[in-house]
Amino acid sequence: MSATGIGAPVRRKEDLRFITGKGQYTDDVVRPGETRAVFVRSPHARARIKSIDVSAAMSMPGVIAVLTGAELANDKIGNLICGWMIHSKDGSPMKMAPHPALATGTVNHVGDAVAVVVAETKGQARDAADQVKVDYEPLPAVADPAKAQEHGAQQIHEVAPNNTIYQWHLGDAKATDAAFASAKHVTRLDIVNNRLVPNAIEPRAALAEYDAGADHLTLWNTSQNPHVARLVIAAFVGMAPEHKLRVIAPDVGGGFGSKIFIYPEEVICLWAARKVGRPVKWTAERSESFLTDAHGRDHVTHAELALDGEGKILALRVKTIANLGAYMSTFSSSIPTYLYGTLLSGQYNIPQIYCEVDAVYTNTVPVDAYRGAGRPEATFVVERLVEVAAREMGIDPPELRKRNFIKSFPHQTPVIMNYDAGDYQASLRKAMELADVKGFGRRKREAARHGKLRGIGYSTYIEACGIAPSQAVGSLGAGVGLWESAEVRVNPTGTVEVLTGSHAHGQGHETTFAQLVSERLGIPFENVSIVHGDTDKVQFGMGTYGSRSGAVGMSAIVKALDKIEAKAKKVAAHMMEAAENDIEFKDGKFTVAGTDKSAAWGDVALNAYIAHKFSGQELEPGLKETSFYDPTNFTFPAGCHICEVEVDADTGNTEIVNWTAVDDFGTVINPMIVEGQVHGGIAQGVGQALLEGAVYDKDGQLVSGSFMDYSMPRAHNLPSFTIGLTETKSPSNPLGIKGCGEAGAIAAPAAVINAITDAIGSEQVLMPATASTVWAALERANVARQAAE
Amino acid sequence: MPSVSMTVNGKAVSGNVEERTLLVQFLREHLRLTGTHVGCDTSQCGACVVHVDGKSVKSCTLLALALEGANVLTIEGLAEPNGPLHPMQEAFRQNHGLQCGYCTPGMIMSAIDIVRRKGHELDERTIREELDGNICRCTGYHNIVKSIAAGAKAMAQGGAPRQAAE
Repeated sequence: MSATGIGAPVRRKEDLRFITGKGQYTDDVVRPGETRAVFVRSPHARARIKSIDVSAAMSMPGVIAVLTGAELANDKIGNLICGWMIHSKDGSPMKMAPHPALATGTVNHVGDAVAVVVAETKGQARDAADQVKVDYEPLPAVADPAKAQEHGAQQIHEVAPNNTIYQWHLGDAKATDAAFASAKHVTRLDIVNNRLVPNAIEPRAALAEYDAGADHLTLWNTSQNPHVARLVIAAFVGMAPEHKLRVIAPDVGGGFGSKIFIYPEEVICLWAARKVGRPVKWTAERSESFLTDAHGRDHVTHAELALDGEGKILALRVKTIANLGAYMSTFSSSIPTYLYGTLLSGQYNIPQIYCEVDAVYTNTVPVDAYRGAGRPEATFVVERLVEVAAREMGIDPPELRKRNFIKSFPHQTPVIMNYDAGDYQASLRKAMELADVKGFGRRKREAARHGKLRGIGYSTYIEACGIAPSQAVGSLGAGVGLWESAEVRVNPTGTVEVLTGSHAHGQGHETTFAQLVSERLGIPFENVSIVHGDTDKVQFGMGTYGSRSGAVGMSAIVKALDKIEAKAKKVAAHMMEAAENDIEFKDGKFTVAGTDKSAAWGDVALNAYIAHKFSGQELEPGLKETSFYDPTNFTFPAGCHICEVEVDADTGNTEIVNWTAVDDFGTVINPMIVEGQVHGGIAQGVGQALLEGAVYDKDGQLVSGSFMDYSMPRAHNLPSFTIGLTETKSPSNPLGIKGCGEAGAIAAPAAVINAITDAIGSEQVLMPATASTVWAALERANVARQAAE
Repeated sequence: MPSVSMTVNGKAVSGNVEERTLLVQFLREHLRLTGTHVGCDTSQCGACVVHVDGKSVKSCTLLALALEGANVLTIEGLAEPNGPLHPMQEAFRQNHGLQCGYCTPGMIMSAIDIVRRKGHELDERTIREELDGNICRCTGYHNIVKSIAAGAKAMAQGGAPRQAAE
């Protein structure tokens, strides 16, 4: 392993600009003549717009334009769409309601945009927005997903009777019922997977510029996938033809899924920039982030696990209501279906699984992918059921897991997925060693001496990453292919630029992708640049989400490098007057087998361009290759997280005292970066379990709408983490990579809740397990115990 | 519009600003020092932390006009142009104390202030408690805590922080 090659903890290239304040985020970009946009948003969860009076706002200082949904419709700007078709079990297509970028007729959630003010300064735009008079007729709202389908619930969209978007199912209902009928033990749980706000620390922003001379639009945007943004805004919204729209996603300050989607604000900035003939910038305030960034999770689930007398799992039955909010966001339909139901087998050999999911509209912010996206929800269901089943049956929880682990691969689950490789016993064993599970009893007694209830919780999770084989996802309803592209440009001096369709917003691709190229070509790490996030530079790409950039994005680079090597060998053969088949390439040097002839990488690169040593008719000059890589399967990262907590019996306050994570991500390019990804994922999972919850009141007001009310994990809420790795390589891509970005967020919530419930001896703990929630559970358990005595 | 003059990163600056202009807006929009970020508008996240007269402040809570004559140090002024990095900047890079980089300037400015107040030997609990006013969504804080402990030590070994002139 070289100091900068695959497997080395190389310090990141991108850090220098970030630690010196030289990053270029969207709000940092300034265009000549730039104006500022501020949106007028609905204060009601549901209301009819009776009228909008913009005259007072128009007369305010600095105001250039005040635009409403009526003008948007006049200009024939299309609606936002959801790009993944889900069919209900009766075969009917999902019920997608219109989602205009500015509401007309009715508003459907607090924060729904009804108008935009464009002014010289942000302050002027904000002042004028306050003067836009919208006459609303408030209507009853539906905020609770569990009540959205009830008879008498308010009908939000005409197209969706009973507020039901689809009623989807997966698996064999009859066979599952039969397995339950034969079970010796059934564990049942009612689960709420709490609604979360992604809260990337950089708020979303958009800056649009129109070049009238070229009839061309440019959008700087906080996007995880600029090409997909361009495609949707061109082909569906109809803003401009694709070749007349450039989307640039510069430095992006975290995404976690929330910056995948195409939002109203970027559409409106583009439209407004063309209308006013000047650049238009919008940057969200944090309260707008809370009211407009797609939220995550929000499931209400009843789940049942059937086991035989020895703790062998026979079947799993799951019924979930998934809240998709007021409109269907870009990929929202796929999250509680093909990213959820398909992962319900966990790490276990489960003969029968049946899953039903009803997706519902409510008068809340749209819900879509948030770190893990469906897989945390699935893991929470499976890992809570397994833990509770073990406790109910008097079997040690790790032992019950071991009895049910899948041990041979490939393994076909009853829910579509074909697991290609893994060793679940290895990660469990290593995690138990690192966590010193043997010493837990002693630690628990010690904790009891100072009034603390100590508990231990396991989560042996699995996820499907490397999203995804295009044909497979196409057959499941995806509107796009999920391959990735790479272009490797070797310059005449031998330095290399790699253009990738992946997009980094914290993941460190500029470093890890360069490590791959450095190792493969034997050239200095410093001589490689990674270019991403600009539709004018990169031909097309699918962006970064679903832990796909290593498994899919880097695989595309490998394929392009294969072509580069083949072409360079041809050039080298001409240079050294040898047969192409005799050329070997190693450590940046081309040699002729069996001779002492050699050519350095830089010489070959130069010769490829000057083309003096070969006929340009027989071999094209230049050294640049492209690849579009479509994966052969999902990848299946898996592992074991063990959480130890101490609960204060008097207050219910929970402290996480130990965290051990052992993950199998396949090949690791940069262990420092991989560990960082695990840390961040765990923090978000712990946030879900202990702190975070987007709370709506019954009228659809978001009660937790700022960092004052929504509890973000802070440094003192978390411990340092013990991280370990096991490795089985993925056979589904050339590097053997599985992906690491979401593991922590997927594994952590179940580990925390399993630990708390172990500590307090009650399973009735909802997330977030705040002190008052845990205290109430302790009280209920005490009352029940006293009643029993 | 009224005018305001102050020293930013060792340079005298002045500008005409609206009364409601916040320090962070003055830095970002008037001086084009965009390393100082806005993450929350409610003084919770700490992405906007700078030093004023040697102490850390959230620049989204101060009016620019209130800082007539003040000495302000931002992330851009920590290291001399083309000079070595400040030890705390270097510690964040060496310990992978950042991912997306958005909270990082505020983290580094807060970290230096923690060292000023708490000294160079910082235990984990102290660092975690002192970071209450800075939110990071990427790192889970694990490597930020390591970075600050390492940076604090490095600052003791000759790498004295460059503070705004008193």
